[in-house]
Amino acid sequence: MEEEKIQYTISIYSENNVGLLNRVSAIFLKRHVNIMSFSTSQSEIKDVFRFVIVVSVSEIQIKKLVQQIEKQVDVIKAFYHTDKETIFLESALYKVKSSSLFEERQIQNIIKDSHANIVTVSPEFFVIEKTGFRKDTEKLREDLSKYGLLQFVRSGRISVTKAPMGISQILNNFKNQNKKNE
Amino acid sequence: MNMKDNKLKISGAESLIRALLEEGVDLLFGYPGGAIMPVYDELYKFSDKIDHILTRHEQGATHAAQGYARSSGKVGVAIATSGPGATNLVTGIADAQIDSTPIVCITGQVASHLLGSDAFQETDIIGISTPVTKWNYQITKASEIPDIISKAFYIASSGRPGPVLIDITKDAQFEFCEYNYKKCNGIRSYLPVPKLQNEQITEAAKVINSSEKPLIVWGQGVILAEAENEFKEFVENSGIPAVWTILGLSALPTEHPLNMGMVGMHGNYGPNVLTNECDVLIAVGMRFDDRVTGDLKTYAKQAKIVHLEIDPAEISKNVYAHYPILGDCKESLKKLTNLVKKKSLNNWIGLFDNHMKIEYKSVIEKDLFPSKDGLTMGEVINSINKHSKGDAIIVTDVGQHQMVACRYAKFNSSKSNITSGGLGTMGFALPAAIGAKIGASHREVVAVIGDGGYQMTIQELGTIFQTKTAVKIVVLNNDYLGMVRQWQQLFFDKRYASTEMVNPDFVKIAEGYSIQASRVSDRKNLDNAVKLLIESKDAFFLEVCVEKEDNVFPMIPSGASVSDIRLK
Ligand SMILES: Cc1ncc(C[n+]2csc(CCOP(=O)(O)OP(=O)(O)O)c2C)c(N)n1
Ligand SMILES: [Mg+2]
Repeated sequence: MEEEKIQYTISIYSENNVGLLNRVSAIFLKRHVNIMSFSTSQSEIKDVFRFVIVVSVSEIQIKKLVQQIEKQVDVIKAFYHTDKETIFLESALYKVKSSSLFEERQIQNIIKDSHANIVTVSPEFFVIEKTGFRKDTEKLREDLSKYGLLQFVRSGRISVTKAPMGISQILNNFKNQNKKNE
Repeated sequence: MNMKDNKLKISGAESLIRALLEEGVDLLFGYPGGAIMPVYDELYKFSDKIDHILTRHEQGATHAAQGYARSSGKVGVAIATSGPGATNLVTGIADAQIDSTPIVCITGQVASHLLGSDAFQETDIIGISTPVTKWNYQITKASEIPDIISKAFYIASSGRPGPVLIDITKDAQFEFCEYNYKKCNGIRSYLPVPKLQNEQITEAAKVINSSEKPLIVWGQGVILAEAENEFKEFVENSGIPAVWTILGLSALPTEHPLNMGMVGMHGNYGPNVLTNECDVLIAVGMRFDDRVTGDLKTYAKQAKIVHLEIDPAEISKNVYAHYPILGDCKESLKKLTNLVKKKSLNNWIGLFDNHMKIEYKSVIEKDLFPSKDGLTMGEVINSINKHSKGDAIIVTDVGQHQMVACRYAKFNSSKSNITSGGLGTMGFALPAAIGAKIGASHREVVAVIGDGGYQMTIQELGTIFQTKTAVKIVVLNNDYLGMVRQWQQLFFDKRYASTEMVNPDFVKIAEGYSIQASRVSDRKNLDNAVKLLIESKDAFFLEVCVEKEDNVFPMIPSGASVSDIRLK
């Protein structure tokens, strides 16, 4: 029987090393796990990088994936969480022909109802930004596509966890340990 | 003038050599080429302090480094140029990764301003080696060399060991820089040895003490942790029968009364069958490879699993561990030994003896004391045992001869069995034997190789010739890619697709390299030929023409349960 697959968010704290990205993605590649979303950024700690990766796998599989990720020398710590355990968002940008904004009154209502922001307006096009859950950015995409979307792009998921991560403590422990050894 | 300007500046290439010396390296295996020439130039200058063994192929350099690491317990070093030199290392690196062998590979790279331009002999060896290294890094500035080299050795040898690759651009080798060496003793993102948790040990001891049919399965972890004594005490103080994986072989002497033999596809009958009858399975430094477990759904389901392991990612990866004990098994075994009570397990151990009798009658007797004319691989190994008295390091290649050698070779001491386990790399043995001999020069090293695998790295005879390394080579020639032929016979109705080999005159080839050589195809000459081989002070080559279509048994067909092991 196939294990039930659910969506997990993997958070990785790592050294910002060229090549780690390759190492991490190889772990998914080797196991035929499709990455649904991927984003990287600076973390709350200086010189520590953060990856947020979304996959849909079984619980047994996510444990093994995170074990393999954490095993990498440059990974400080890796976690996995269900959607309930995190606060998460995605951002999307929509580029629409300016003429349709004036010709189709309906568009203005769509933008207002969806709480999207207009980022740029030019004679040729305007750009709307919407941040939220997947279903919200998706609904706006569907609504606008009727009027001719010139471009659409959605970011990877960013998320923070409800529980603390304790990375600073890990790094401090290491520092203190080292002082003792010296 | 301030102090700083006074500080001596040296080239990146020289920093590399100095850093290697700091790490206790006195020997490299390698092959030169354009992008690594500044380093070779320094090797020339430092030739009184650091030796370089020129192998005949970069693959040979990695396998030699592996053999060196496994016989000596030190880190093996291989060095090569960029492009094809680097890619030729990959098989050995992958082998070292899956068999947890500490090696550091150094590759030259095109100058940093050429990176990404598809320059001559530019290859993305960092990208290529990422999935098969424990860690890798590209150096583009000379100033990085000391720190990165020290980090490389620390990572390769600490925790669960593995291969590290350091790629150095040619301009970084030329660049002058101050040299400052500091030994690495910690990396904040890397915890090589998890801290032992005493509760895990007490819990495990409880379940072991209440067991009636406990079984120990040990792997290479015991050897890598240099925990052979602690392991032996654990076995003896608990009285629990112990069985080994192919890489665990030799950690406990073959003749030890509680050593019950090998598990896995061609392991012994009792150890496999009784895996599915034990009530507690104590796994020590092993990773439940599929060649060990067969079908996971029917593997030791009745047993509580205790798993002593240094790598957290191995816990419950293949087999669920009810009682994990994370940490260095040298420590955890000692603590566990203090808590386990000695048991009298006569009935349970008797079952191993009964199974051994069955296996002896239907397999072992025919292998070791055949009544037919043709020579068997088993009797060759038996003869090696007799003349080496169990003191030799046996290096095996991959195939039938490997399984036969591991089944029948006798070992008195640890670090004596060197084989390519996880990757099953044909061509491993000859170069690995060279490295093993150099890493343990006081010991006899016998390479047992198939006619197929021998020809994958046969050029390393040149290395033996040039360096006068006294490796003893035994080719068990069945004129077949025997292991594949066996599968074709058993599972493909004897359709021998491309497994028969028309072989050259191996004796002449060895003689071409001035290596003493002989050939045996008659039983009456075998013993004397092996005697001469072992007694020779120099390298010696012996070809034994064995029965062409013998099969290795017992055998667990792939995907079958360990209970369904076949005796014929
Ligand atoms: C590099 C490599 N290629 C292919 C194989 C598949 N393989 C496994 S055993 C074997 C046959 C080995 O033949 P030989 O070296 O003559 O040993 P024998 O089994 O006859 O003792 C082959 C081809 C392998 N393990 N490694
Ligand atoms: Mg053969």
